[in-house]
Amino acid sequence: MLREQLEDIEIQLLLEGIHRYYGFDFRNYALASLKRRIWKIIRAESLTSISGLQEKVLHDPECMERFLCSLSVNVTTMFRDPNFFLMFRKKVVPILRTYPFIRVWHAGCSSGEEVYSLAILLQEEGLYHRCRLYATDINEMVLKKAKAGIYPLDAMQYYTQNYLQAGGKKAFSEYYTSAYEHAIFSSYLKENIIFSQHNLVIDNSFNEFNIILCRNVLIYFNRFLQQRVFNLFHESLVQFGILGLGRQETMKFTPHEQDYEQLEGGEKFYRRIR
Amino acid sequence: MTIQFIAIGTSLGGLEALEVLLAGLPKNFPVPVAIVQHRHKSSDDKLRVALQEYSALVVTEPQDKEEIVPGYIYLAPADYHLMIEVTSDAVREPSFSLCVDAAVTYARPSIDVLFETAADTYAERLIAVLLTGANHDGMQGMRKIKARGGKTVVQEPSTAACPIMPEAAIAAGVADKVLPLADIAPYLVKMCNF
Repeated sequence: MLREQLEDIEIQLLLEGIHRYYGFDFRNYALASLKRRIWKIIRAESLTSISGLQEKVLHDPECMERFLCSLSVNVTTMFRDPNFFLMFRKKVVPILRTYPFIRVWHAGCSSGEEVYSLAILLQEEGLYHRCRLYATDINEMVLKKAKAGIYPLDAMQYYTQNYLQAGGKKAFSEYYTSAYEHAIFSSYLKENIIFSQHNLVIDNSFNEFNIILCRNVLIYFNRFLQQRVFNLFHESLVQFGILGLGRQETMKFTPHEQDYEQLEGGEKFYRRIR
Repeated sequence: MTIQFIAIGTSLGGLEALEVLLAGLPKNFPVPVAIVQHRHKSSDDKLRVALQEYSALVVTEPQDKEEIVPGYIYLAPADYHLMIEVTSDAVREPSFSLCVDAAVTYARPSIDVLFETAADTYAERLIAVLLTGANHDGMQGMRKIKARGGKTVVQEPSTAACPIMPEAAIAAGVADKVLPLADIAPYLVKMCNF
């Protein structure tokens, strides 16, 4: 038997064990990135095989905690991919203006940088007071960070550049106060944001939204799980609602392809048309 | 064994090297090619457009889960790792998969990540090419490719704008073949046209 086939079997056994014992379901995560991260954990735990990790994870809940932390990817920045936010301003905001009340779901919000970015943008466009932003993530630890809205001060220079490229209208520093090497974002930005835990793998829809943002989350899922999440988003979007995805994510080749049209401007904004 | 995939990695000086290599691949080249070129995370479409100038094949930045087909040159998108995986046990069609995991050998996209995942998917049906560059990315990936029976080609360092990356691979003993830049495309054509 080939070595890579054995590796695949060991991964399946590891994920099956974790699912049955702890209830966390990674069985439909994209294999290539999952495999890389599993090997990274194996090295960090000073082990030599996937089966060795399985034994440790199942018998040592603290190892499971570390496993969970290592598996969840939390790479985000404020106004990440500035052109996405610029297009949000130009193409999506005019649509949102037609609604008396706007419900936004940011799925996989991680530590919250992009939610605050959105809050700032909506504030500048005079829409924030009619918005309710639901920011969800599977990981409670990053949600705590998101709720706090406190980020390292040394990131602000980069975030300011992004903000300006995204069409920012003010001095970015107006939105935070600095203290102890940190930037603390103004509490009024949080007023209409609800942070809560939601697991795209198993949880269901919890409201109807005008816009859903989910960027660079689906790339971690395999096609089967992506399909589940696209169905979930479809159920959760109003007619003519908008789904915003990551730069390299697409609705092409999915069963919902015909149900959406992509907005102009090159970014991944899909409008539900049926 | 029929070659089914070619993975190319390059860093500093890569654009000029890729021009020569891509210009040498004919329009009917039968094997898909993926390229990781190190670049800034906010890079736009310019690299793809520049490479298209020199290629008879279509140069494209793949979307997540895009199917891999011959006739295309796939360029790793800025700020994403480009990986290859099989869809499932039932459907063993390889497709691209992207991620925004931490940089590997200081790079995202990383050559090691493409090479290692390509080795898993294609084993001995793979050729990897390492071109000019100023770091050690790609060396670990080539080690895995060799272990899985794939072929590795390294640019002759004297023909590289920056010899550090080819030299690292040669010193590590992971190069099957060391070829001057001008000879790499003819070698690939020979290996892939049966």
